[in-house]
Amino acid sequence: MTETAASPAALKPPRSQWRDVWDQFRTHKGALLGLIVLVSLVLFVTIGPFFRDAPDLTIAQQIKLRNKPPSWEFPFGTDQLGRDMLLRMMEGGKVSISVGLVAMLISITLGSTVGVLAGYFKRLDGPLMRMTDLFLALPLLPLLLVMVMLFREKLAGALGPEAGTFLLIVSAIGVTSWMQAARIVRGEVLALKEREFVLAARSIGTPPRRVILRHVLPNVMSPIMVAATLGIASAIITESALSFLGLGFPPDFPTWGRLLYDGVEQMQLFPARVIWPGLAISLTVLSVNYIGDGLRDALDPRIRGR
Amino acid sequence: MKMKAALLGAVALAGLAPAAYAERGADGHVNILYSQAPSTLNPYLSSGTKDIENASLVIEPLAGYDEKGVMIPRLVDEIPTLENGGVAEDQKSITWKIKPDLKWSDGSPVTADDVVFTAEYCMHPEGGCAQLAKFEGVEKVEAVDPQTVKISFKEAKPNPYLAFVGSTTPVLQKAQFANCLGAAASTCTEQNFGPIGTGPFRVVEFKTNDVIQLEANPEYRDPAKPAFATVTVKGGGDAASAARAVMETGEFDYAWNTQIPPELQQAMEQGGKGEFVSGFGTLVERIEMNMTDPSPDLPEGERSTAKHPHPILSDLKVRQALSMAIDRNLLVEIGYGNAGRPTCNLVPAPEMYASTDNTGCLTQDIEGAKKLLDEAGWTDSDGDGIRDKDGKKFSLLYQTSVNPVRQDFQALIKGWWNEIGIEVELKAVDGSVFFGGDAGSPDTFQKFYADVEMYANNFDGTDPEAYLAEHTCAKAPRPDTQWQGENINRYCDPAYDAMIAELGKTGDLEKRAELAKKLNDMLTKESMTIVPLVDRGRLSARSKTLGGVVLNTWDSELWNASDWYRMK
Repeated sequence: MTETAASPAALKPPRSQWRDVWDQFRTHKGALLGLIVLVSLVLFVTIGPFFRDAPDLTIAQQIKLRNKPPSWEFPFGTDQLGRDMLLRMMEGGKVSISVGLVAMLISITLGSTVGVLAGYFKRLDGPLMRMTDLFLALPLLPLLLVMVMLFREKLAGALGPEAGTFLLIVSAIGVTSWMQAARIVRGEVLALKEREFVLAARSIGTPPRRVILRHVLPNVMSPIMVAATLGIASAIITESALSFLGLGFPPDFPTWGRLLYDGVEQMQLFPARVIWPGLAISLTVLSVNYIGDGLRDALDPRIRGR
Repeated sequence: MKMKAALLGAVALAGLAPAAYAERGADGHVNILYSQAPSTLNPYLSSGTKDIENASLVIEPLAGYDEKGVMIPRLVDEIPTLENGGVAEDQKSITWKIKPDLKWSDGSPVTADDVVFTAEYCMHPEGGCAQLAKFEGVEKVEAVDPQTVKISFKEAKPNPYLAFVGSTTPVLQKAQFANCLGAAASTCTEQNFGPIGTGPFRVVEFKTNDVIQLEANPEYRDPAKPAFATVTVKGGGDAASAARAVMETGEFDYAWNTQIPPELQQAMEQGGKGEFVSGFGTLVERIEMNMTDPSPDLPEGERSTAKHPHPILSDLKVRQALSMAIDRNLLVEIGYGNAGRPTCNLVPAPEMYASTDNTGCLTQDIEGAKKLLDEAGWTDSDGDGIRDKDGKKFSLLYQTSVNPVRQDFQALIKGWWNEIGIEVELKAVDGSVFFGGDAGSPDTFQKFYADVEMYANNFDGTDPEAYLAEHTCAKAPRPDTQWQGENINRYCDPAYDAMIAELGKTGDLEKRAELAKKLNDMLTKESMTIVPLVDRGRLSARSKTLGGVVLNTWDSELWNASDWYRMK
C-alpha cells in the first residue's frame, strides 16, 4: 500500500470501464448475493442433470417408488408417479429459466428499440406510441390462443414438439410484453435529447445513429435494466399460466410452473411438492431483481465511484 | 320378473326401516354441503346436477330409480308394465295411477291435472325447458280421471319410462305454476325458488347460489318420515374443502361429489369423523382410437375424415396391443382409489346390460403386446428403440383435457407404450376448448386431430340404446356436419348399424340386454376402437353419525333423504 501511495497516480494501470462497473456492483451486497443465487440456480439446472441420470425403469418398477419422502437416494423425494423430484426440478428449471431469459431479451430489445426511436425521432413518435397503445389494449390470452392455434403444429412439425413450443412461447411472451419498457424508455429519451451533451454531439455533426448508441442508450440503461428484471419474473409466471391452460409445453414436459400447479392438490399431504418449485421461482425472481438493482447503480456514471 | 322381485324387496325393506326412527322430525337438524351452489329449485329451468338434486328434496317424479338402477314407485303404487297392462300392447302409450290421498305440502290433493300441467309446462314451445329431451316423442298427456294419467307417444316407444321418471322430471303443482307457462317461466322467481312439492321437505328460505333452509313436510305420505325436522343445504367451495368439512372438521353431515386424489382420501379418512361412500354408474374413462388419418399434411376438411383410413391404427392387432400394454388396476389405484374400478366395458352398468365375460383387458401383458406388434409387421429395424414399418415410425399423438388425473394417466400410458417400442407425443387441451364443440377450433375432441384421445362419457338413465347408437357410421363428426356428432372414433361397421336398428325395434327387455351386450363387445373387445380404462364412480362423504345414506348414481344423490336418520 505504501508503494502505491507513493507512486504518482499517472502510473496506475488504466482501468477499463467494465472493471469500474464490477467494482461498483460488488459494493451492493444484495446484488452480489442475487448473482450468486442466480448462478447457482443456473448451474443447478444446466450441470445438475449430468450428475443425476434418469433411472431407466419400467413403469411397474417406477411406480413402486411413488410418494417417497426425502432420502439420500431422492433428496427431494418422489412424486405420485414415482418420478425423482430433484431431477424434475432440474429439468423444469432449465425450461423456466430459459423461457424467462429469452422472452425477456426479446421484449427488452423490442421495447427499447421502439422507445428510443419514438423518443428520438419526432416523426415516428405518434405512430409508434399509438402502436404501443394498441398492443397494450390487446387482451393477452386470446392473442396467445390464436398464435398457438395458428403456429403450433407448423412449428412442432418443423422443429419437434419441444423446440417448436419453446420458440412459440418465448416469442408470444416477448411480443406481448414490451410495451411498458417502450413507454419508460421513450420518456427518458425525450428528456435526454434536450440535454447539453446531446446537443453538443449533434452540433458537431454526429449522425443520429451514433448519438443514440453513444450518448442516449448508455444513459437509459438503468430503466431498461429494471424493466428487464421485472420481465423475467413475469415471463416465468406467464409460462406457468400457459402450461396450466394446456397451451404451453406438452404435459410430460416439466416446468417449475407446472410442478407448482400439479403440487397444489396434494399440498396438505406433501407440502414439499409446492415448496420446492415455489421457492425456486421466488428465488429466481428475487435474485434477478437484486441484480437489476445493483446493475442500475453500477451502470450509472453519476452514482459510480461514490 | 326380475323387476318385480326387486320391487318386493324394496317394499319389504321400507316396511322394516321405520323401526329405527319412529317419529317425524325426531332427529333434529342435518347439514348438507354442495360444492356447487344451487341456483334454482326448478329442474325444468336448469340442467345442473346441483339444482336437480336439491330440488329432489322438495318435488318428486312419479317414479325414480334405486341404487341398482331398478325403477321404484314414488307418487304411484306400481310401475306400469306390459304385463300389468300399464303399457299398451302397441307400446304407444303408458298409464300411471297416482296414489290415493296424496297431498301437496300446502295440504291440497295431488291430481292427474298436475301431471298434465307439468307436461304442458315443459313442452311449451316458448318455455325453453331444460328437460325437453325426456318428453321427446310424446304426443299428448291427458288425465283419464283425477288419479290416472295417460301419456301417448307418436310412435311405438320400447322405453316409455322417460317423462316423470327420475328426479330430472318431477311433478309441479298446477295451482302454483299456472301463470308461469312459456316465456313467463323464468320470471316466476318465487315459484322457482320455492316450489310446493310432495317430497320429504319443504322450502323455508332459498338464497340463490348460497344456502337453502328446509323443514319436514307435514303432509309427507309416510307419517314417520323424515327423521330430520330441518335441513340446511349450503353451496360453494371445492371438492377438497367439502370433503374436509365432513371428514375432518365435522361441520357438515353430507358432502356431495368429493372427488379428490386417493392419497388425500386416505389421509382424510384418518380424521375419523366421516367416511366416503361411492357408487358406480355408467361414466367410463376411455381411450378412443382414431380410425381416420389426422395427419396435418392432409388438406383441411379431409383430416380425420373417412376418406383417409388411419395408417397405423386401422390394424386390429395394433389396437389390441395398445390396450394390452395398459395396467388398468394401477391406473385406478393412482387416479381414483375408492371412486374407480378397472373395466373393459363401454356399458359397465346397469347389471342387466353389462357384458360380464368381457374381462380380458384387465391383466396387463407387455410381452403379448410386443408379440402382436411383431406379427403386425411393426419391428425395430433401425435399432433406435422405436418400431417402424416400411420406413414409417410408430409414433402417436395422445391428447386429452387438462386435469391432474388425466395427465398422470397420460404419463403412465406413455411409459407403457414406450416399453413396447412406440413413440408417444402428449398433448393436453384446456377442458373448455376440448369439450367446447367449436367447429372452428382444431383442438376439440370431436375434430380429433390426434391419433388417440382420452376422456370420459356416460349416458343418462338406465337404457343404453341411444348411447350405443352413437357409434353408427352416419354419426361421425365431419366437415358437413360442422364437426358435430358422437361417433368420435369414426368407427363404421354395417353389421353394427344393422344391430342398432334391431335394438330400436326390440321391446323385450331380455332381448334388448342381449343385443346391448353384443354391441358393447363389438366396440370394445372385438374391435378395440374404444379402449375402456376406468369405470368412474361417484364419491361423496358422509358423517359417521348420519345413517341411511345409500349413494345412487341413477337418480338424485338425495333420493332417499326421507330415510336418513341420526345414529345415536
